[in-house]
Amino acid sequence: MGISIELEVNGASVSKEVEPRLLLAHLLREELGLTGTKIGCDTSQCGSCTILLDGQAVKSCTVLAVQADGSEVTTIEGLANGEYHPMQQAFWDNHGLQCGFCTPGMIISCVDLLNSNPQPSEDEIRHGLEGNLCRCTGYHNIVRAVQAAAETMNG
Amino acid sequence: MAGESNGAGVFGSSIRRREDPELITGQAKYTDDLQLSGMVYCTVLRSDYAHAKINGIDASEAEALDGVIAVYTAKDIEASGVPGGIPVGWLLPDMKIPEHYMLAKDTTRYVGDGVAIVVAEDQYTAHDALDLIYVDYDPRDGVADPKKATEDGAPLVHDEAPNNIAFDWEIGDKGQTDAAFANAAHVASLDIVNNRLIPNAMEPRAALADYNSITGELTLYMTTQNPHIHRLLISLASLGLPEHKIRVIAPEVGGGFGSKIHHYADEAIAAWASMQVGRPVKWTATRTETYLTDAHGRDHVTHGELAMDADGRFIGLRVDTYAAMGAYLSTFAPAVPTYLYGTLMSGEYDLPAIHCHVYGVFTHTVPVDAYRGAGRPEATFIVERLVDEAARVSGIDPAEIRRRNFVSPDAFPYQTQVALEYDSGNYEGALDKALEAIGYDDFRKEQAAAREEGKYLGIGLSTYIEACGLAPSAVVGSLGAQAGQWESAVVRVHATGKVTVYSGCSGHGQGHETTFAQIVASALGVPYDDIDVIEGDSGVMPHGWGTYGSRSAATGGSAIASAAEKVVDKARTIAAHLLEAAEEDLEFEDGNFFVKGSPDQAQSLPDVALQAYLAHNLPKGIEPALEATSFYDPANFVFPFGTHIAVVEVCASTGQVDLKRYLAVDDVGNVINPMIVDGQVHGGIAQGVGQSLYETAVYDDGANLLSGTMLDYAVPKAHFLPSFETDRTVTPCPHNPLGVKGVGEAGTIASPAAVVNAVVDALSPFGVNHIDMPVTSEKVWNAMN
Repeated sequence: MGISIELEVNGASVSKEVEPRLLLAHLLREELGLTGTKIGCDTSQCGSCTILLDGQAVKSCTVLAVQADGSEVTTIEGLANGEYHPMQQAFWDNHGLQCGFCTPGMIISCVDLLNSNPQPSEDEIRHGLEGNLCRCTGYHNIVRAVQAAAETMNG
Repeated sequence: MAGESNGAGVFGSSIRRREDPELITGQAKYTDDLQLSGMVYCTVLRSDYAHAKINGIDASEAEALDGVIAVYTAKDIEASGVPGGIPVGWLLPDMKIPEHYMLAKDTTRYVGDGVAIVVAEDQYTAHDALDLIYVDYDPRDGVADPKKATEDGAPLVHDEAPNNIAFDWEIGDKGQTDAAFANAAHVASLDIVNNRLIPNAMEPRAALADYNSITGELTLYMTTQNPHIHRLLISLASLGLPEHKIRVIAPEVGGGFGSKIHHYADEAIAAWASMQVGRPVKWTATRTETYLTDAHGRDHVTHGELAMDADGRFIGLRVDTYAAMGAYLSTFAPAVPTYLYGTLMSGEYDLPAIHCHVYGVFTHTVPVDAYRGAGRPEATFIVERLVDEAARVSGIDPAEIRRRNFVSPDAFPYQTQVALEYDSGNYEGALDKALEAIGYDDFRKEQAAAREEGKYLGIGLSTYIEACGLAPSAVVGSLGAQAGQWESAVVRVHATGKVTVYSGCSGHGQGHETTFAQIVASALGVPYDDIDVIEGDSGVMPHGWGTYGSRSAATGGSAIASAAEKVVDKARTIAAHLLEAAEEDLEFEDGNFFVKGSPDQAQSLPDVALQAYLAHNLPKGIEPALEATSFYDPANFVFPFGTHIAVVEVCASTGQVDLKRYLAVDDVGNVINPMIVDGQVHGGIAQGVGQSLYETAVYDDGANLLSGTMLDYAVPKAHFLPSFETDRTVTPCPHNPLGVKGVGEAGTIASPAAVVNAVVDALSPFGVNHIDMPVTSEKVWNAMN
């Protein structure tokens, strides 16, 4: 039944036999214990499960684990490298989170946003985050955080 | 990655939240992140019909599926002998209280009503098995509209509630109010629908139950805003386990907005299933299930009228409302459209006559209960819409008519005609500040010029008041609450002078670990980093009533302040003994006790704490250790107020509303952490703007939920909203030790009226005087054309 997959998750090699239908989000959360990646919906709307797959932001609830075979995955747990990623730091400094549930996916999406557009306008930030829902902050301080991170990363 | 430095974090400073490092690194554990040894998974089969008789259930195929441990129905719960009830916690006179059981017995009453349970080894199998349970339904007609549900011949949700009326409630003086209308020079009149909302906390509800059959103890990790309330209701009504054998733990909780106050069947089901199978059982809602089970909000059909004299002074207000209860009475549902609604009908105004009548109505829908604001957004919406309509019919400017009718700053305490006594306020102060910041006078010129060019700008005011900080226990008890509303705190100073604070509140995004530590840092003069705050575990802290109704700072914070004061009092006695001085001669400053004029010979709080624990040399009659518990019962509600202003531009060709500016001037009393207060305002505004422009739960005529996923229900995205402008006035609460009010709901209460008033203002050249929420392009275009 199982299909063998090999991937790199946050820099570590992972080999697993998985059910063909297993979602990448469930592989990360249930089998690898990386529960920082959240599942907030069942229609790929909320973006809480966003991770980097070969450097691109994807919703891991919409990717089968077998599709990640041979790929590099970065989750929120792998973003800090001894010190916080500038985006994590900016979220903290700017009160870019309240309940924190959307935050891992939101931070990953914001990293991806700056990767493709290092100096976004407010409008570009807001449209760039349309795949991630936050119910607490009204996005106000998330926008401030992305602006602050852009400044740090460009500086 | 260190914490904040010592010295920061005192009351009033915008210190960064100590909660955040775990959250931004993905280390924080929410309920669904937890795994226990031997854990199995539970899923719930839900009715596809709004209303149906259950002729039979065949679960044999599901039971035969590899990995399925058991399938249960209501009959199994009944056979187990547990009470099995999901109770209502607020009683109104003559209210119909139909039985609400953990699973539907023979009738389903809304799409989503639980019918059967699967317990399986893994979650995929637990979901697969739901498709293999065959329910023989006999569908009946359903009704979703709360007004239509009261008409003769409407399908009955419960046979014992004729015309689907759960309760018939009123407040105020009808005769006096009718007399005021008979003498009115002008009357503003509106029919409005306050649209049904779905809370959408980003974390779906979940429970992980671990029953130990040897000790009889149940440990229940769950998504809750109030662990002790859940413990109480599960003990008394659902499972019959002794209260002291149940431990409810709130791990990290991902938002609530009211939806995690209520006692639902699902968490009790997970616990009951753990008792049956002898293993830990996890239940996690899918988002679709949260749409079908989390208590919805609002859902009113209202007629309101405001009477004025010839000078535009308000002389009477009357309101008639049909408020949906949904299929069953949820935990605090009866209070929401009554004591949290009718009592707010005076708004910020000196109104001499008010009458509000409410029918609570059963419908074949998800139960309705408190959702952020809970009654007060509905009250503010009808009052503030009527005030704008009053301005229109009387020809008085909306700002001026408000100013003319405000309760004046020297009239406090102000007794309204609808029970509440406002303790303090300066409504004109907030209005003036907001008008100046938005440039009100210039805006009217800009608006006139824009209209010449075919551009339709609008400005909308919402001068709101709310009653929060629930609440004086005796008062809510006299009104029907089956709960107290005081709050608890323990302040424990350890032998080394470090401090642990326990609160009966239960935060889920509000930042209590930070703000409550700020309160204690200021009260004890102890470094902020030396103080930890613990919440959300019924096995650890004294009974508390949780976090909702913007109560945590006003009640929980006050309990902490009271406990800290007791600690200082005891420490002062010990310090006086150690300094061989009289207590009344001691000063307490920055955490040091010293005789006036001799600060060099001081006993610091840690010095005193060490002596208190050693207990080698304590004054006579003083017990060892240094800690205090407080149970704080507030003297009154708290009354935040303010002025919110929305500026919109309506596209003449598409009807699309562009929210160009949103400004909030709030008065929440003293502010513990301005950054966190601003964040609460932002989030509240976003939810209120969501209600006014985007969100609505849609049921069809057969009571099927059409907006049942995030694809169909418009939770606002980042680009739906502008940046917000926030400011404050400060009128401290006169009756609690911190002078604080509440801020959690203000934005949601104020903003729908501000936005809709702005749209109606923009459309005034078209003779439009009202558009129901959400104000979609389609509705606007139709109104314009």
